[in-house]
Amino acid sequence: MKNIDSYGHVSGSSVYVDDIPEITGTLHAVPIYSSVAHARILNIDITRAKNAEGVVDVFMAKDIPGENQIGGILPDEPLFAEDEVHFIGQPIAVIIAISHFAAREARNLVEIEYEELEVVIDPREAKKKGHLLFPPRTFANGDLKKGIEESEYLFSGSVESGGQEHLYIETQGSYAIPQENKKIKIICSTQGPTIVQKTAARVLGLQMHNIEVDVTRLGGAFGGKEDQATAWAVMAALAVYKLKKPVKLILDRDDDILITGKRHPYSSDFIIGLDKDLKIKSYEVTYYQNGGAAADLSPAIMERTLFHATNSYFIPNVKATAFSCRTNIVPFTAFRGFGAPQAMFVIESAIAHAARELGIDKSLIQERNLFKPGDSFHYGQVCNSGNAMKSWGTLQSQYNVEAEKQRVREFNLNNTFLKKGISIMPICFGISFTKTPMNQARALVHVYQDGSIGISSGAVEMGQGVNTKLIQVASAAFNIDYSRVKIESTNTTRVANTSPTAASTGADLNGKALQIACNEIVDRLKRKAAEILQADQEDIRIKNEEVFVGNKASGLYWDELVETAFLSRVKLSEVGHYTTPVIDFDKTIEKGHPFAYHVYGTAMTIVHLDCIKGTYAIDSVKIIHDSGSNVFKSIDRGQIEGGLVQGIGWMTLEELKYDNKGILLADSLSKYKVPDIYMAPLSIEISALETDGDELALLKSKAVGEPPFMYGIGAYFALQNAIEAFNPNYRPNYDAPLTPEKVLLGLYEVK
Amino acid sequence: MIEFILNKRKITTEMANGVSLLDFIRKECHLPGTKTGCREGDCGACTVMEGRLYNGVLKYKSIVSCLTPLINVHGKHIVTIEGLGMDELSPVQQSIISNGATQCGFCTPGVTVSLTSHLLAIDQKDPLQSIGGNICRCTGYKSIEKAAHEVDDLKNTIPRGNELKSIIEKGWLPKYFSTIQQRLSEIEPYQSSDDPNGLMIGGGTDLMVQQYKEIRQTNIVSTEGRLPDSIEIEGGKIIVGGGVTMQSFFNSQVIRSEIPQLEEVFPLIASEQIRNMGTLAGNIVNASPIGDLSILLLALDAELILENRSGISRQVKLCNFSLDYKLTDLKAGEIIKFIVFKTLKEGGQIGFEKVSKRTYLDIASVNSSISIVVENSTIAHFSYSVGGIAPVPKYMFKTKAFLSGKKLDIVTLKSALEIIQTEISPISDIRGSKEYKRLLVRQLFLQHFLTMFPKIITPGEIHMLMTNKQIPHEKH
Ligand SMILES: Cc1cc2nc3c(=O)[nH]c(=O)nc-3n(C[C@H](O)[C@H](O)[C@H](O)COP(=O)(O)OP(=O)(O)OC[C@H]3O[C@@H](n4cnc5c(N)ncnc54)[C@H](O)[C@@H]3O)c2cc1C
Ligand code: FES
Ligand code: FES
Repeated sequence: MKNIDSYGHVSGSSVYVDDIPEITGTLHAVPIYSSVAHARILNIDITRAKNAEGVVDVFMAKDIPGENQIGGILPDEPLFAEDEVHFIGQPIAVIIAISHFAAREARNLVEIEYEELEVVIDPREAKKKGHLLFPPRTFANGDLKKGIEESEYLFSGSVESGGQEHLYIETQGSYAIPQENKKIKIICSTQGPTIVQKTAARVLGLQMHNIEVDVTRLGGAFGGKEDQATAWAVMAALAVYKLKKPVKLILDRDDDILITGKRHPYSSDFIIGLDKDLKIKSYEVTYYQNGGAAADLSPAIMERTLFHATNSYFIPNVKATAFSCRTNIVPFTAFRGFGAPQAMFVIESAIAHAARELGIDKSLIQERNLFKPGDSFHYGQVCNSGNAMKSWGTLQSQYNVEAEKQRVREFNLNNTFLKKGISIMPICFGISFTKTPMNQARALVHVYQDGSIGISSGAVEMGQGVNTKLIQVASAAFNIDYSRVKIESTNTTRVANTSPTAASTGADLNGKALQIACNEIVDRLKRKAAEILQADQEDIRIKNEEVFVGNKASGLYWDELVETAFLSRVKLSEVGHYTTPVIDFDKTIEKGHPFAYHVYGTAMTIVHLDCIKGTYAIDSVKIIHDSGSNVFKSIDRGQIEGGLVQGIGWMTLEELKYDNKGILLADSLSKYKVPDIYMAPLSIEISALETDGDELALLKSKAVGEPPFMYGIGAYFALQNAIEAFNPNYRPNYDAPLTPEKVLLGLYEVK
Repeated sequence: MIEFILNKRKITTEMANGVSLLDFIRKECHLPGTKTGCREGDCGACTVMEGRLYNGVLKYKSIVSCLTPLINVHGKHIVTIEGLGMDELSPVQQSIISNGATQCGFCTPGVTVSLTSHLLAIDQKDPLQSIGGNICRCTGYKSIEKAAHEVDDLKNTIPRGNELKSIIEKGWLPKYFSTIQQRLSEIEPYQSSDDPNGLMIGGGTDLMVQQYKEIRQTNIVSTEGRLPDSIEIEGGKIIVGGGVTMQSFFNSQVIRSEIPQLEEVFPLIASEQIRNMGTLAGNIVNASPIGDLSILLLALDAELILENRSGISRQVKLCNFSLDYKLTDLKAGEIIKFIVFKTLKEGGQIGFEKVSKRTYLDIASVNSSISIVVENSTIAHFSYSVGGIAPVPKYMFKTKAFLSGKKLDIVTLKSALEIIQTEISPISDIRGSKEYKRLLVRQLFLQHFLTMFPKIITPGEIHMLMTNKQIPHEKH
């Protein structure tokens, strides 16, 4: 089934926040933010701005009726800075005017006096100074000392991975509208309607029921609208609270790129030990997460880094420590993969480094250490799947990896200035929110008396196709045509206390809740049908909109059944409530069973490199992906391709550059380059590793949002492989992204 | 007063003529299908089609509405995603859906419009170029690429000659398109206020990014319709009008036959939409040290014919035009009326190389162009320009002087490399460190020769030079 929104998308009729027809009298808000990375605020003068043409008002910290606090996990982030600013882009006030343009113009008239303070942007320097956002954590298993003793070889090194701008094409935005009885409705481009609702209530000093948040769809999010959509929504709500007028706040791209959080840069150290059979015996790793100026979601992201320290490899003795370092940069936030890609890049670099030192193919080490059923992850959960090895093996046989490697070698022998490189990248990604209480969801189903169906859930559609999946689930549960099912907007008044649509769990959690609700109603309808047909309820089935008794068509159709049920006062609405079973995690010992299941896969990447110019292209990526039942084929394929290319972008072109004053240099699309159509691999082949799937996955089809991102890491190592083919003096340092600049300098590096 | 047709509807507006078409479409006309992604031409979400009469014949191309000032749509047909709507989906829309080429959908109206204009842009053979200016953050592009190839296959089924009519007849575009040619011909030319202080705008692709605030508040003057937009060849000279866009330059028969080597590099410059808008003159006057057209035209030893308000013209060499960072010899009130350069001599060659972080739709880290004539293995003529390594697009006078008259061999090139390094002064910035740029200049210089003279300068020799190995016959 294709994305149900496709029709609206291609005809331009799909509605995003900024497309909603404006209510007459709508005002426009623009945030005012710090232009320096660390300073005491000496004075803020808004008089000129306030008197500017078209300006209605300016609101600052002192105007907040409730709490000046938007920190989701830790209360360390004010909505508006009061005495000090900690990063460029930190909001100080919001300006409200009759047009967006007037608000932006007047913004230049706000005068803020600063006393500048020391700026720290490097996480290691922050750590040295003791600037941590929260205490460090260590995950360990086995006995590291023993592991080191058992190691024949020990290698150590450092690894850097850069941040990443989400670059959702739709910027952040909210439209807040006053309702009667002081209620405020916020139409928002957010992955977390409840977060927005709760935070707005907190800041405005209201009870949550006074805030309604409604989300139809997002023009891309990728984690960037999980926590980071909130501030703008709350500012709009604050203005509504004060002015009793509809207020719209849509960030311009230049603001969005500057003042919203991105993927965390990491700096890491590793020591890896291998025995003579290339079994990894010990792995010690320390991550310095650049958290930015406030915690945001960093605690959870850091935790996921620790969970994925060993990627797909079983390592008996591990010690992984992470520090979240406070720097004077915009708070970093969720981004597809949520800390796992950074961890995987480190272990892959460690293996690459070991292989290079040993003069062997990296795959030899990779293959020898893949997880087997019965192995346990370093956080205690036991691996119950052989899919790491199975996906690896299938890739080898289906795409003849050895022959490809040979072809690459031959190509390189025959070409002076063109070189190819190849790499294999296995992935293993845990599915669930690592914070157990978040693994719950609700779905509300109405069967209308004409047999049509309306569904509300906590899932937010952002292109990942969750609405399409939900329709598939409902129509399967009722055994009726898709066209009867409609998905409503995600709205906090219909489905409350939602978890954000994140961690790849949107479809699993909400879909399961939906199944529960549908099945309840199906049961009632079957009971009614049994009554009408005077049959045994056990024998009643609904198939293609018709009721069957055993195998016999009854002539009783869906519409009639529903209508009869309604007239006999059967309850045709239901709320399904789902909580993921079996998961738990004990933070005091950092052990438990945090994930419902894992998604595995293996990718082979081949690149080619112009060794004169240092420019490159991705020739092909071939993937064996553990998708479980593969019932959402078309949508999952889109997620895999999209995730892969985003991952390739992170590893190659996408470079967030900050200068030492904390100024973002790559501050526009002309400077921050994401993959375009030419940067996508020339060919992407994906095969589903058809497995039994997992009971905890929706229709046994495993979650797919995040895992494929990490296939992109393969591009990095394939490029290194190509550089090595040209320059024997190349000493790779593991410093992503591997931009054409670094490639060229690597190609001509001398000893 | 600006008049144009927006989809089906005739628009007449008194709004400031510098307001962006995007704002006009979304805010004044309440057509929200066209999306705002960046407002700087870099994402393509705001792509619309522009239909224009060329000698009475209606032709369409894609443009970005965010950088199009209203003044530049006078007398044209602007088509947004809404204007492509029919009872049934068009084949472009269908192939986007059937290939799963839309996820969040925010880029999709832009992609749909770009692909529709691919169907209509007869000169454009490469469907990827048509959508190269559309960034999609969701799909990873493979599905979009498939859709693009399907559309291209369809395009190849259209009989040549009056393609627009065939497309309308096939039902791939709404019927109202058949009335547009007539309706456009009824619109009177724009009555410009001719404000002497009015900002002069070409395609707007630099100015609308850099000075949108000023532009939307003042009355601007456009070169469109006022300056010649043809490319002529006359007495061994190629004369390019001051209104010629990059795309019409690249597509012109004159250029394609005179400098066929350039065909491969054109796609590296900006995107289809931007090439459809931006002019050569604008590229020169913008004076970016990295302007691709400036670099190319420098190596061609182009001259500019400037004209002031009183109609008095003067001629300057492009190599003397840029004075300092973003400062040119253009006097107030002057315009570039023509850009003139000689046709290549027999046996002459021209090369253009560009390296940017992202190969397509990106500003160069370093670009470089050479025009050269070699006679009896002696360099008879040599002009060389490099971008990104000085405050201005750099004409390499010293290197030119050194190489002119020299024997072309690897030893000469090696010596030239030393001179080159003294002639450039790159700084580290977002486009690369100075070390990188120095290295790139060397690499691109050698690449030119490798491409042009593979028999005289062998890859083996170049490899030795690049890897600092001793060159065997270096002694003599
Ligand atoms: C997304 C994007 C990508 C781009 N990529 C590239 C690229 O790859 N390579 C590259 O070189 N450039 C690139 N550019 C820059 C730009 O497109 C070019 O510089 C273009 O040629 C400018 O022409 P224009 O007509 O749009 O100029 P405008 O913006 O209209 O004007 C630029 C300046 O020239 C003046 N001007 C225009 N015409 C005349 C005239 N006839 N006489 C006197 N003055 C005049 C204007 O007053 C103004 O000062 C890109 C721009 C964008 C937005
Ligand atoms: S809005 Fe991005 S190109 Fe116009
Ligand atoms: S579908 Fe989301 S940006 Fe293209």
